[in-house]
Amino acid sequence: MLEIEDLKVHFPIREKWQKATVKAVNGVSLSIATGDSLGLVGESGSGKSTIGRAILRLNKVTGGDIRLKGMSVVNAGRTEEEMLRRQAQIVFQDPHSALNPRMPILRSVAEPLVLHTKVRGVELRRRVTDLLEIVGLQSQFLYRYPHELSGGQKQRVCIARALALQPELLVLDEPTSALDVSVQAQILEFLKKLQREQNLTYLFISHNLAVIRYICNRTAVMYLGQIVEEGATEQVFSAPRHPYTKVLLEAVPLPEAGQSRRTDVVIGDVPSPVNMPTGCSFHTRCAEAMAGRCDKVAPPPVALADGRRVRCHLFAD
Amino acid sequence: MLLFLLRRSLFMVGMLFALLIITFVISHVAPGDPAALAAGPDASAEMIETIRKEHGLDKPLPQQFLIYVGGVLQGDFGNSIHTGREVVDDLVRFFPATFELVLASILFAILLGVPLGVLSAVKQNTWIDHVTRVFSVSGVGVPMFWLGLMLQLFFALQLGWFPLGGQLDMMTDPPAPITHLYTVDSILRGQFDVTLEALRHLVLPALSLCFPALASIIRVNRAEMLETLNQDYITNARAQGISPLRIVGLYALKNAMLPTLAMIGLRFGWMLGGTVLVETVFDWPGVGLYAVQTAVSSDFEPIMAVTVLLGFCFMVANFVIDIVYGWLDPRVRGTT
Repeated sequence: MLEIEDLKVHFPIREKWQKATVKAVNGVSLSIATGDSLGLVGESGSGKSTIGRAILRLNKVTGGDIRLKGMSVVNAGRTEEEMLRRQAQIVFQDPHSALNPRMPILRSVAEPLVLHTKVRGVELRRRVTDLLEIVGLQSQFLYRYPHELSGGQKQRVCIARALALQPELLVLDEPTSALDVSVQAQILEFLKKLQREQNLTYLFISHNLAVIRYICNRTAVMYLGQIVEEGATEQVFSAPRHPYTKVLLEAVPLPEAGQSRRTDVVIGDVPSPVNMPTGCSFHTRCAEAMAGRCDKVAPPPVALADGRRVRCHLFAD
Repeated sequence: MLLFLLRRSLFMVGMLFALLIITFVISHVAPGDPAALAAGPDASAEMIETIRKEHGLDKPLPQQFLIYVGGVLQGDFGNSIHTGREVVDDLVRFFPATFELVLASILFAILLGVPLGVLSAVKQNTWIDHVTRVFSVSGVGVPMFWLGLMLQLFFALQLGWFPLGGQLDMMTDPPAPITHLYTVDSILRGQFDVTLEALRHLVLPALSLCFPALASIIRVNRAEMLETLNQDYITNARAQGISPLRIVGLYALKNAMLPTLAMIGLRFGWMLGGTVLVETVFDWPGVGLYAVQTAVSSDFEPIMAVTVLLGFCFMVANFVIDIVYGWLDPRVRGTT
C-alpha cells in the first residue's frame, strides 16, 4: 500500500544569524501493507508527524520517495495528485482546531466530496448523513456548529470527513491525545472496528505506547528523524532490541506506587536536530554505547531473524 | 437575535443618558464665564446678567440639566451664545463634511490595512513582512496633526499634487445636496469634475486621520491571520488540495476578520475624536473644526452638542459591529 524510501525532510532555519537545517526526517524507509496498521512512536520532535504530513504533500520533501499504491507522491503531476488526495486522508490531534468554526458540520464533512466529486444537493446530504452514521452521530448534528459539539464528537466528525472519499490509507496524527481518557477509549475502539469493517490501512502516529499496542499490528520507533526499530507490535513490546526502545518502554510508569523497573533511564535531553551527533544519533544517551564505534559510524539498519529491523551496532554482526 | 438587538438598543439608550450627564457636568464645572465672554470685554455687569438670564445660566445646575435634556429629546441643542444661531442648524451644516472625512478614512484603513495584514502574515519573515511591521509600529506612534502637517509640507507645498486644505476650491460651488456628501452628490449629479476636486481635497486629511487605524488594523489582522493559518482545518484544507488563494481568502480571512472587525469599530470612534485635530490642520469645515472654534470662546451649547453627537456616532458604530459580529460568528449568535 505505502512505501517510503529513504525519505528526507529538512527545514531551513536561522539560528543566531546563521543558516542551518533541521533534519526532521533523515533517511526513513518504511512500508505498510494493505489492511495493516503501523504505529509510529517517538518523543515529540522525533519527526513522526512530519512523515505523516509528507505523505499528504503538506511538507516539501528534501530527498527520497513516497509511493502510494506504486504511485510516487513526491513527483506527482496534476491528475496523479487528484488520485492521491482521494486515497490518503488525515485526522489531526486537536479536533477543536480541525474544524472550521464558521462552517456547520454538514459543510465540513461535505467539503472533500464537493471538491473531488460531482455529488451535490440531496445526494450530498444523504452521503454526509451516512458518513455521520458510520461514526455514530445522528443526523441532528448536520446543522450544528463545531462549538456546540464535545471533543469526542468533533473527532468523530473529523473521522467522518476523512472517510468521505473512501480513502484506503488514513494517517492518524495523535487522534486521541487531546481527548479525555474515557473518550479516548471510545474513539480507539471505534477506529479498530472501522479498520476491520472497511479494510483500511492506518498510519497511527502517537507518543502513547499503550494506544499503539492496542491498535497497531506493526510498530516503528523513531528517534531524531530515523527509525531505530521496526517490527511486529508484540515483538517490539515484549522483547525490545534497540537500547532506545528499551528505555522508551521502561519510561512508562508502573501502575502500583513504589514499584520500579531497572534504573537505567535515558541520560540527558534529546540532542538538537540542528546539530546532530556524529555516528549513531542515540549514542549520547545510550547506556550500551561502544566508544570508538557508536560515536563515529552511523549504524545501518539490520534485519533480524524474526523480521524486525534495528539500527544499532549491537546487532551488526 | 431579536432579543439581542433589543437588549443592545436599551443599553445604548442608557449609555446616551450617561454621556449627556458627563458632558453637561464637565462643561458646567469648567472654569470660565460664557456670558462674560459673549458680552465682550467692555460689557457692563447688567449686560452680562441679562445674557446669563437669557440663556438660563442663572438657574441651579440640576434644573439647567433637566431643561437641557428636555430640549435634546426634542432635537433642540440650544443656541450658540456667541452667534445666536441654533446649534442644530450648525451641526446639520458641518456634520456631513466630518462624516465624509471619517468614512473615507475608515475605507482607506480597511482597504489598505486588511490586504497588507494578510500579505504580511502569508509572507511572514520576508522583507514585505518586515517593511509592513515597521510601518505599522510607527503608524501607531505618529501623532495625527504632525503627520497632517508633514503631508501638507510635502504633497501640497513641495509637490503641489494636492490642495493644502478645505473641502473644495474657493471658486467651486458645491453640488446640490442629496446626501450632503460632496463626493457622492457630485457623482449623482453627474458633475464629475467636482467629484475629482472633492477627492483631491479628501486625500491628505483622510490619510492623516486613518493612519493610526490603518496601523492597528494591519497589526491585528496579521496576528489573527498567523494564528488562523496554523489551525488544523487550514492544514486539512491544504491536504484536500484547495488552492492557497482560496484557503487564505475564503477560509482563513473569514475567521481572522472577527477581531479585526472589533478593532475597526473601536478605531472608528477614535477617528471621530481625531477629526478635531485633523480638521483644524486642514481647515476642513466639519464638526471638529466647529468644536475647536466654539471651545475657544467657551460656547457651551455647541461643545456639548458636538460631544453628544460624536459619542452617539461611536455607539452606533459599535452597535453595527456587534450585529455584524453576531451574524458572522456562530458562537456569538447563540449566547447573547
